[in-house]
Amino acid sequence: MTLLQVEALDCRYGLLQAVRGVSFDIAQGETLALIGANGAGKTTLLRAIAGAHRPATGRVWFAGADITHVPAHRRVELGIALVSEGRRLFPSLTVEENLRVASARRRGRWNVDTVLDVFPLLKPRRHMPAATLSGGEQQAVAIGRALMSNPRLLLLDEVSLGLAPVVVDAVYRSLGDVIGEGATVLLVEQDLTRALQVAGRVVCMLEGRVVLQGEAASLDRDRVVSAYFGLRRPA
Amino acid sequence: MTVTNAVLQGVFLGAFYAVLACGLSIMFGVMRIINLAHGDVAVLGAYIVYVIVERTGVPAFVAFAVALPVMVLLGYVLQLTVLERSLKSGILTPLLATFGLSIVIQNLLQLVFSPDVRSLGGSAGSVTTASWQVTSGLSVSALGLLVLVVAVLLFAALQLFLSKTRAGWIMRATAEDADAAELAGIDSRSVYARATAIAVGIAALGGLFLGIRSVFDPVSGPTQLIFAFETVVIGGMGSLWGTLLGGIALGVAQTVGAQIHPQFAVMAGHLLFLAVLIVRFGGGRLVLRTA
Repeated sequence: MTLLQVEALDCRYGLLQAVRGVSFDIAQGETLALIGANGAGKTTLLRAIAGAHRPATGRVWFAGADITHVPAHRRVELGIALVSEGRRLFPSLTVEENLRVASARRRGRWNVDTVLDVFPLLKPRRHMPAATLSGGEQQAVAIGRALMSNPRLLLLDEVSLGLAPVVVDAVYRSLGDVIGEGATVLLVEQDLTRALQVAGRVVCMLEGRVVLQGEAASLDRDRVVSAYFGLRRPA
Repeated sequence: MTVTNAVLQGVFLGAFYAVLACGLSIMFGVMRIINLAHGDVAVLGAYIVYVIVERTGVPAFVAFAVALPVMVLLGYVLQLTVLERSLKSGILTPLLATFGLSIVIQNLLQLVFSPDVRSLGGSAGSVTTASWQVTSGLSVSALGLLVLVVAVLLFAALQLFLSKTRAGWIMRATAEDADAAELAGIDSRSVYARATAIAVGIAALGGLFLGIRSVFDPVSGPTQLIFAFETVVIGGMGSLWGTLLGGIALGVAQTVGAQIHPQFAVMAGHLLFLAVLIVRFGGGRLVLRTA
């Protein structure tokens, strides 16, 4: 079953066109990696799906309903959660408060305790302001906050950015648990190897367009690399 | 003893300024809106209390209990209809919108109530006149003490709300990063409307105290706004307890200034405000920017 369908989406910042006619869809339970160089439009595309950026044209369908004009906070209630690039925690709120401000309209297995079980590193930090946490801890809170709304679709924007490799491993191990439970995940990842490992399918963007997509297993690395840098356009 | 007495009276006066400034501080802290109509909203609150007192003959405090929900609702609607739209178009538009609102409120009050000076002092009971003589040069007025106690309770209640309740966390989260709050499922429009509702309700409380302490007319608002604004700046923009301390600092400066010369009272407050501006935003030096 198709969970998310993006149809000919155009996103602009004034005169700058960040996303150009992008279409793709994600089936329920699938993990899809969005890759591409800086400025390819990945973050904008994710924000448009989450409702934080209003697209110029095109449509977004979620679970069979057209949500193009649904505001971001309502999409969280529908089951779309975005972990923003740069984590975007509320610095003066404690870890627990950061988790509990997230919409809890949707029922499911995620609450403060289950999130802390998946990210045990946060347990001793529970009552500390988010501003005092390390980068890896902050990233765990950011993912936890998204999980608190019990999303059907989890959007992850560069969760490994600025983190030490060991921390990235830990974050991805925890994500593995989440993905293993049948969540649908759309992730943006700079690290190609990791993207191909985690995702079942890969969409590669270049200058706002989708230039390559396919099963992660069937794509050979050279083709992905050339699409990534736009060395030669695949037919 | 006169200086001690001046300081004490300054604390009482400052508590009043803190109540006036509280709503201004909330709106700036949560939405970065500088509400230029804040003083006029307080005066509007005083007039609503006045009308209820005139029509029914109840004491001013009872009338305030009726006026408060009206003002809270007004704040909520004001945010959703006027301020929300102005927020979308940059940082200067809310300033212009509230400036316009200030003029509208003043002229509406002129139209309905005429420019006559009014007071709520006569309808607030014995609290306006009662006082205790501590020593020969030191007296504590019941009204001053009442305002101080209410101010401390108000700030404590707000502190509890912001630090202990989920609604308070949501308000702080939205203030810190509205975009991230939306992505966490928080309806920022409704949070903003609630913040303005609270701010306008507290402004009405300031209007009640203004009316009981002294007199008001349709154009009293801007003067109150200046004192409230100075309070917020002295206390640190958007800081809650800072606002209470800022009010007290301003009040003390004014009453101690009045000891030097009666005409120096308001000027002493302005000088403190300027000194704080220079020290905080000029790095200890008077900085004149050329660019």
